[in-house]
Amino acid sequence: MHPSKLFLLSVSLFFSIPAFAQQVAVIRFPELQKRLAQPTDTTYVVNFWATWCAPCVKELPYFEQLRAANANKKVKVLLVSMDYASQVDKKVNPFVKQRGLKSEVLLLNEPDPNSWMDKFDAKWSGALPFTLIVNNKTKQRTTFEQELSQAELTAALQKFPQ
Amino acid sequence: MKKLLPYFTLCFALLLSSFIARPTTDGYKVGDKATDFKLKNIDGKMVSLADNKAAKGYIVVFTCNTCPFAKAYESRIVDLNTKYASKGYPVVAINPNDPAVSPGDSYTDMQKKKYAFPYLVDESQQVAKTYGATRTPHLYVLTRQGNDFVVSYIGAIDDNSEDATLVKTKYVENAMTEILAGKPAITNSTKAIGCTIKWKRA
Repeated sequence: MHPSKLFLLSVSLFFSIPAFAQQVAVIRFPELQKRLAQPTDTTYVVNFWATWCAPCVKELPYFEQLRAANANKKVKVLLVSMDYASQVDKKVNPFVKQRGLKSEVLLLNEPDPNSWMDKFDAKWSGALPFTLIVNNKTKQRTTFEQELSQAELTAALQKFPQ
Repeated sequence: MKKLLPYFTLCFALLLSSFIARPTTDGYKVGDKATDFKLKNIDGKMVSLADNKAAKGYIVVFTCNTCPFAKAYESRIVDLNTKYASKGYPVVAINPNDPAVSPGDSYTDMQKKKYAFPYLVDESQQVAKTYGATRTPHLYVLTRQGNDFVVSYIGAIDDNSEDATLVKTKYVENAMTEILAGKPAITNSTKAIGCTIKWKRA
């Protein structure tokens, strides 16, 4: 294919993505807890982020690539937005649409971290981004309270069954 | 050899990423003695905890110009100083962000703030690391014991960052009421969502 045609194709593909944009589900903590407590052999990669968090936004493509690279494997990427629930239509949905995020995006509506954060992970001080990789069948669990590079994320997942 | 190239690339990337400076200690816990510091205020003068002989303690808050949570809490931090400076616990604000990573946090940008309390620049980020601060805002209440300052509360300001009118529990104020009564804070450690401190990249 001629390079210019390829370019046009990629441009049209890029603009076609928003047509399939998902609507972000707003959930409370017990729902998230229940979801992650299922006795499944699927490895969950859960990234806590926010539209206002620059390092989070920077690493989101790595999670998208991880999802794409493991699409046929037992790997599930969950992007949990910590934006305010009042911002779901104003900020989060437009952001998800604009970036064409394909991973499942949830918004955790819990204003007070002290009501749930210790139950989720006692070591998490509350800084974003925060990433959890968990497999309930093998009882493996790894957390990162830091921004991850693509290599770090890939290396972390490789220690889990896929 | 060609097959090994992606492997080497990965190793190299991992090696590079390990050079990003991150705090190596866990930082202070309640009951720990806080070491004094000497940091530059936005008026150009150096500030230490020992300078204010009248202080019974301090409300030290790691905050910044740029983080939406720090902005949401800015007026509440000002209120804390108004309420507790007269009771012997003034606010000391410290900005630990590397302006190279977070351009709105430069010394010049910090100087646009007009606070009744010091707003210090932690240029080496050593104070934030020593305290174990991870995010902005991240608050520490220190109480004087002789010439030392002991960490008495670590954590959040209250339970609702978005809307001050919806706050149900004022964590710091509750702790301060107990501390001012000479008692240890019942809830002495709380969590808050915040922006990760913008550490320098080596």
